[in-house]
Amino acid sequence: MKLLGLIGSKPASPGPVHPGDVLAEAEALHVRLGGREVLSGVDVTARAGEVLALVGPNGAGKSTLLGALAADLPAAAGVVRVHGRPASEWSAQELALRRAVLPQSAALSFPFAVEEVVRMGRAPWAGRPEEGEDDAAVASAMAATEVSDFAGRSFSALSGGERARVALARVLAQRTRLLLLDEPTAALDLRHQELVLRVCRARAHAGDAVVVVLHDLGLAAAYAHRVVILRAGRAVADGRPAEIFTDRLLSDVYQQPVEVFPHPRTGEVLVAPVRGS
Amino acid sequence: MTVTDKGAAPDSGTEAGTEAGAEAGTEAGAQAAAPEASTDRERPAGPRRGAPWLLTVALAVLVGLLTLASAGLGAYEISPGDVLSSIAHRAGVGGNELARVPESVLWNVRFPRIVLALLVGASLGCAGALMQGVFGNPLAEPSVIGVSLGAAVGAVAAISLGLNFLGNWTLPAFAFVAGLGTALLVYSMSRSGGRTEVVTLILTGIAVNAFAGALIGLFIFLADTAAVNQITFWQLGSLSQATWPKVLAVLPCAALGLAVAPFYARKLDLLALGERPARHLGVDVERLRVVLILVVALLTAAAVSVSGVIGFVGLVIPHLLRMAAGPGHRFLIPGSALGGAVVLLAGDLAARTVVEPAELPLGVLTALFGSPFFFWLLRRTRRRQGGWA
Repeated sequence: MKLLGLIGSKPASPGPVHPGDVLAEAEALHVRLGGREVLSGVDVTARAGEVLALVGPNGAGKSTLLGALAADLPAAAGVVRVHGRPASEWSAQELALRRAVLPQSAALSFPFAVEEVVRMGRAPWAGRPEEGEDDAAVASAMAATEVSDFAGRSFSALSGGERARVALARVLAQRTRLLLLDEPTAALDLRHQELVLRVCRARAHAGDAVVVVLHDLGLAAAYAHRVVILRAGRAVADGRPAEIFTDRLLSDVYQQPVEVFPHPRTGEVLVAPVRGS
Repeated sequence: MTVTDKGAAPDSGTEAGTEAGAEAGTEAGAQAAAPEASTDRERPAGPRRGAPWLLTVALAVLVGLLTLASAGLGAYEISPGDVLSSIAHRAGVGGNELARVPESVLWNVRFPRIVLALLVGASLGCAGALMQGVFGNPLAEPSVIGVSLGAAVGAVAAISLGLNFLGNWTLPAFAFVAGLGTALLVYSMSRSGGRTEVVTLILTGIAVNAFAGALIGLFIFLADTAAVNQITFWQLGSLSQATWPKVLAVLPCAALGLAVAPFYARKLDLLALGERPARHLGVDVERLRVVLILVVALLTAAAVSVSGVIGFVGLVIPHLLRMAAGPGHRFLIPGSALGGAVVLLAGDLAARTVVEPAELPLGVLTALFGSPFFFWLLRRTRRRQGGWA
């Protein structure tokens, strides 16, 4: 009977979360992939009520760090804690109640309809009291990502940007207190990039911890409460974007002259590459 | 929605009054329109809603009708009324016993054959649906990727070496062990980086089929004449040797597999997202895979040990059902079992009645219809992926 998964104690529901609680943290984290050390001693904390952006050049280890926080990748040294407990001690089912992960690319083997895909996000709550929220969670996630209009269409028939939003809707529908998003804006147009980061902001405002990998430093500056800049597997800066985004640091990290300046009207932090005059 | 209908109603009064009326009208209009719009949106794609139930009922009715037809038709015709009456009599709810000959034809020849066709068909359909789900690939099927022929090696070995230490269960047991080994082999060989490419899968299948074919040839070479005859006959995929003991021999494998499979429907849906996303949603992916490969091996062994390699049922049925009712496994798994049962029952009926009094081999018949479908499927997959890598 154990084989059928019919019995066996249900994992405990996650406890209450207060603003400022650390929902995910890496401590002196080392991760090896294929014999290469991709992360060498990274410290990072994701707190409830905060949008934390991970930025850095290609190959700096952003996605690897996110994967480690998601408990996808084992730590070679150091420790990753999710909701206060080492990630390796949680079962897959327990983790599914506590964190949702948006992968970099959204794939689907069979042509499920958009609403069915979003509803998959509710799977961890099946057979629990929270199952009653299924319809509401699915509907509000689809509304927030503006995919309700094609709820009935097949996922396979969507454009890249539409798929990315459906994948995000699925992650939102999971309604976990910790969100780990790997480049949620990569395939999106200007309007939807803003939309997605507003959604992140709203979730943080509601008390969730949001960790998001971003390439666009302007978006990170505008929407993240805190930014961690990674370079070659190490965190070289961690703080409010206005504090750590400087010409020198960014130019150095990206090996490309970068200019940071305030918006002439709003004073918002803007980041632009310096191009040949 | 019309603003003028309601907004224009208060025709007297000041401009402000009219404006307020118009506004109220718009609001009411918007509210009235909203529920309509939202139900429109929530409706899943076109014909899908209700299709699963409709199909289930239709398939179940078909199984019933085909059972009656198969029981009645053949060299010795028995009317449907007599068939029902005899069933009712045996079940102890009225009816009458038939004359000695029809009663014997019905219960010793036709019914074991029908039950066997149902079991084999359901096993093949269900195994196909499961395998496609596990591999995340609509071209995966026990016979295409070599698991059926692998199971056949076990069965042929048992016949050829005259092994009998498990009695009636020897053949299914050998088929199960060999099928399981093959399934694990194909699985580990065709995956890389958490994905199964179509090309790798098909090529692995070719290699495995070639090797299994060689082993079968070897066992036939080693066998004595009687065993060779038995193997040849069995290889063509016929149900004509059906007896109750044979039914009992495959019943445990088939029943266990069919009973376990539906419990994994929702997890298979999640697996369509990919391995990692499925794990993020709480699925223990490794355990799911191992259990389902065991189940597929059970079902394939059940089918193969009775009737040799009957190809393509597990490929065609899940595919058609997916097109008709969507890819959700909660319907697809039981639906494919029912669909497989229908196809095999119909196929067997055709095999033994079309060229009466001779009998077409069932495996030949299904391959004859299934192969073109496979060809079409390959073309379609290729077009969608823009060519093979």
